[in-house]
Amino acid sequence: MTYVVDIVKGAFSLLVGMGVTIRAFFMPVVTVQYPRQTINISPRFRGHTKLVADEENPERTKCIVCGMCERNCPSKSIKRVTGEKMEGEKKKTATEYILDFTTCSHCGLCVETCPVDALAFSADYNAVGYNREDFYYDLIKEFEKRK
Amino acid sequence: MNELNNIISIIGKETARVIIGLVGVLIIVVVNALLLTWVERKVSGRMQRRIGPKEVGPFGLIQPIADGLKLLGKELLTPANVDRPLYFLAPILIFVPVLVSFVVIPFDSYLQVKDINVGILVILAFSSLSVLSILIAGWGSNNKYALIGAIRSVAQNIAYEIPLLLSLLAVVFMVNSLSLKDVVEAQKCVWFVVYQPFAFLIFFIACVAETNRTPFDLPEAESELVAGFHTEYSGMRFALFFLAEYTNIMIVSAIATVFFLGGYLGPVLPGIVWFFIKTYLLVFVIMWFRWTFPRVRFDQLLNFSWKILIPVSLVNLIITGGILKL
Repeated sequence: MTYVVDIVKGAFSLLVGMGVTIRAFFMPVVTVQYPRQTINISPRFRGHTKLVADEENPERTKCIVCGMCERNCPSKSIKRVTGEKMEGEKKKTATEYILDFTTCSHCGLCVETCPVDALAFSADYNAVGYNREDFYYDLIKEFEKRK
Repeated sequence: MNELNNIISIIGKETARVIIGLVGVLIIVVVNALLLTWVERKVSGRMQRRIGPKEVGPFGLIQPIADGLKLLGKELLTPANVDRPLYFLAPILIFVPVLVSFVVIPFDSYLQVKDINVGILVILAFSSLSVLSILIAGWGSNNKYALIGAIRSVAQNIAYEIPLLLSLLAVVFMVNSLSLKDVVEAQKCVWFVVYQPFAFLIFFIACVAETNRTPFDLPEAESELVAGFHTEYSGMRFALFFLAEYTNIMIVSAIATVFFLGGYLGPVLPGIVWFFIKTYLLVFVIMWFRWTFPRVRFDQLLNFSWKILIPVSLVNLIITGGILKL
């Protein structure tokens, strides 16, 4: 008797499996045909860092040239942050911010330690270049381009 | 036109008809093999929620031709110490049973190359030849993995030919004839799948095992034995094995429709259209099996045949005989 019960149970399990497959056959594909279609980047994506504009004065970045990010970077990727005090501003304004992206490990320590939250991650995943120097970003120049 | 009539009057009308039929069968075999590779890749893609080929031509339809060109261009590497006659004979021999089987299949009531009165016997006899060709492919390759694959294939094919025979025999009892045309004509009122559902199931499972398709594809065992019995074949020789497998699938589906699903019988559309619809439906089911089930282990495979399929088909045969006698 168990012989027949085994056969029936086994056959039923096969049909259940086939049901799963045929349901998947009619479901839409999950393929995203890159580069004709793109996926939305999640807000927590870690591209290279970018400087954020000041709310009160959108002409300048929030950066006050304290050097915390430069000192905290474990890979020493932030090469140079220079700036000077402008007329009418309480704190210094950054004029040059060199980031060597080839050694950046995307750890986020610079973003975390900045006392004025001047740094944020960008969503740029299409960074390409022909030589190493293409990845020595000057974040101030990028900021000026975005204005 | 005059020359054509002259030739026909010399060789005889029947011979001319057979020759045209053979050419038609060859065209069907080649087109079908190309089409099925495309269908397999698309169906497997969709079942895995991906697209399958789409770049080469519209919907990837030219993909099989691209594959063929690639295989033609490959180097035909013959390993050292192969048994040369066997090694070269195997890929050619595997096509013979298929071509012979196509001769007796009725595509429509008048579209059958030759209605041999022991039609099904011809098909079953020649399907054993495909077992032989796998064995000589494995043996002639001078490779222990190929030999293991070939040995497994022989055991599997022998074990599953018996339930195949017994389930077909139940239908033959009902029809009283071995000719395929008579089998189709006897299903004018009701298809035999209604009278013999178990025979249909057993026949279908045995067919999947005969064609070495997953879940019974131990001889090919892509992840276990490199490539099984066709490990040592490259380029066009491998393509021949590959195409023979797809043609085999078409053949067994065609036989299943002839014996159980009414062949070319159907209401509105012409017979040949119904035949191909039913056959390709069964081909789709065979592909559905491949992408659903895991591979059976060798002992499970033989147990399944000897302990389940053969007893059930024997009981079915006895019951059929008993009911027909009453």
